[in-house]
Amino acid sequence: MERTWCKHLPAAELLIKGGRVVDPESGVDAVQDVLVKQGKVAEVGKDLKAGKNTRVVDAAGMLVLPGFVDLHAHFRTPGREDEEDIATASAAAAAGGYVAAFGMANTDPVIDNAGLLKGLALQATVDAVVPVGFFAAVTKGLEGQELTEMGELGAAGAMAFSDDGMPLPTAAITRRALQYVKVSKRFIAIHAQDASLFKGGQMHEGPASARLGLTGIPSLCESLDVSRTLDIAAYEDADLHVCHVSTEASLEAIARAKEAGVRVTTEVTPHHLTLNDERIASLDPNLKMNPPLRAESDRRALVEALKSGLIDCVATDHAPHVSEEKDVPYEEAPFGCIGLETAFSVLNKELVEAGELDLATLVTRMSAAPARIAGLEAPTVAAGAPADLCVVDPAAVWTVTPEALQSRSWNSPWLGQDLTGKVRLTVAAGRVAWDDLA
Amino acid sequence: MPKRDLISVEDLSRADVELILDTAESFLPVLERDIKKVPTLRGRTIINLFWEASTRTSSSFDLAAKRLSADTLALKASGSAVEKGETLKDTAITLSAYSPDIIVMRHPSAGACQTLSANTEASVINAGDGKHQHPTQCLLDLFSMRQNLGRDLDGLKVFIIGDILHSRVARSDIMGFQMLGMHVTLVAPPTLMPRGIEEMGVTVEYDLANLKDADVIYLLRIQKERIKPGAAYLPSLREYSQLWGISQARLRPGQRVMHPGPINRGVEIASDIADDDENLIAHQVFSGLAVRMAILYRTIVGYSDGAASGEVL
Repeated sequence: MERTWCKHLPAAELLIKGGRVVDPESGVDAVQDVLVKQGKVAEVGKDLKAGKNTRVVDAAGMLVLPGFVDLHAHFRTPGREDEEDIATASAAAAAGGYVAAFGMANTDPVIDNAGLLKGLALQATVDAVVPVGFFAAVTKGLEGQELTEMGELGAAGAMAFSDDGMPLPTAAITRRALQYVKVSKRFIAIHAQDASLFKGGQMHEGPASARLGLTGIPSLCESLDVSRTLDIAAYEDADLHVCHVSTEASLEAIARAKEAGVRVTTEVTPHHLTLNDERIASLDPNLKMNPPLRAESDRRALVEALKSGLIDCVATDHAPHVSEEKDVPYEEAPFGCIGLETAFSVLNKELVEAGELDLATLVTRMSAAPARIAGLEAPTVAAGAPADLCVVDPAAVWTVTPEALQSRSWNSPWLGQDLTGKVRLTVAAGRVAWDDLA
Repeated sequence: MPKRDLISVEDLSRADVELILDTAESFLPVLERDIKKVPTLRGRTIINLFWEASTRTSSSFDLAAKRLSADTLALKASGSAVEKGETLKDTAITLSAYSPDIIVMRHPSAGACQTLSANTEASVINAGDGKHQHPTQCLLDLFSMRQNLGRDLDGLKVFIIGDILHSRVARSDIMGFQMLGMHVTLVAPPTLMPRGIEEMGVTVEYDLANLKDADVIYLLRIQKERIKPGAAYLPSLREYSQLWGISQARLRPGQRVMHPGPINRGVEIASDIADDDENLIAHQVFSGLAVRMAILYRTIVGYSDGAASGEVL
């Protein structure tokens, strides 16, 4: 079953020399040469020789990693191509070291029918520089009323089903969705949020919101819906994925469910892993996202859960907005920030270099773990595997500016800041998708 | 000299606050003259942008600028390009073409002052932004306290009572009162008390059992919206008045009542207090003028002691 699509680029022939290969899938963490040929990793070893037509990449001092997979991006196509499209989103993914990315269904029109999904897949074969795939909506028009044709959508290649951005409004429709999704053999991904507790919310509810006078979004708003949906998934013996988990209370509910054998997976964003609600004091609209940046205690719990595997993977929730939308007072700005191009740099700097997480674990959570949830082969830098990898200069310092980004939007929490670690080369499906070595 | 905004009480040091209060005091004789005007800010331009209804704040800023001989321009959302969909950023760029020295703004959204400041060379003075801050109200409250309770406010106990959750005045006052050494107790129905507010170093209470400890009782307006169906913050204004309303019967001699206005007689404040000369409510309005003159003056000439205000009058 084809669930990702990209344009046909010439297969690369590369000899990546002298980089530190960190590939938890094959258990390798050593300086090795990597030969890429005919779409595959041809060989991994010492002192490999280049052929006549082989481009040699000097990777001394660099990391060679299996490529990343993003389960949660917003391509804004169709409908908001002024913010992003498949070409720019996939270019941003490539620049971030991603070899596959999945777009959510909250487009305009909504991806709620197989015709639209097939059209987007075809568009991806023209525009996408890395393989991209799509979620389809759970309910028609994201209205929370009628189920989409999950059978046909699944057959057309929908990776999974989500009304992301719009929480499922009732236990009844959540239950129907978790029952019916089985026809597709895929899963439901929820944006957990109790609408009545969210109402008017601007930031995490706590001492910072009390001080700033912004309407709070209680952690309860998320954890209540997580708990409720986990109970329904357990009752229906269904597959569930919890998007962008942000609170300690949600993690406790997920831990209990996993222990009880519920088939649930979950993801966390780079911003929730590295920033907290105290930062909102600047009233910078680029720090306004949903779920909101939470308390420091939540952030620490998220890092611990990512380390332990309670959280399966990192996902960006890449949500582009044009500057006109964000260049307004905090309270009037839409939710969301971009993340594809900064994910690895941010996590490498804030977690790995800070000693909070080891590099191999981060790589697994960004690569093999999300790939498996998506139903893709886990990327690995091992002979015979498809060539899905990236080369990262871990010491390179770069500044996040609109010009430095491939995304059409620049609503990043790190705008104007220096990050450490830069993806220099991305090989996706055997083709060079990003080349920043020249 | 880089421009100086006043968006939050946190933008001021204790020395800045004391300088503003001293400056305001030095303006008092001006306000008692027959000709209540000094040439201090002649040729300066001050724009008042009020995107939200206001009586006290807008009138006192306007009059303060005129008393200092500045040229003023007042704009409201209704009847302006805002109604045609102009963004705040574009309004800021447009008005900056007149090279104003100060833009005073009230806006319904927190963060509006930051947006304005990023798009103008003028100093921005926050006249209230959403539920976030109202720093000039805090300064005039401090001035009224100092004029009526003595210059040393250190150790004074203030009870702020009412809708803390929705009050920008409460947030600014907590910061300013604490800065001058006062102890702040918040009293509100549990539904109108922001979760986590105790981390600002205040005492949190839900009833008036300890009201006798207060030197100053600062009341906040209770809006009818809080009892609307669906809002459910309060069952009724009647019950609010019973549990948290302040009347003479609840006061001990010597306690002084303050209120930023407009008051709701019979809800948070009984008429026997509203009509009593002992309260500081009218004095707060009076202070608004002198304090806003001081803020406009300091924003333009600077906060250094060198320019002692008395010399320029």
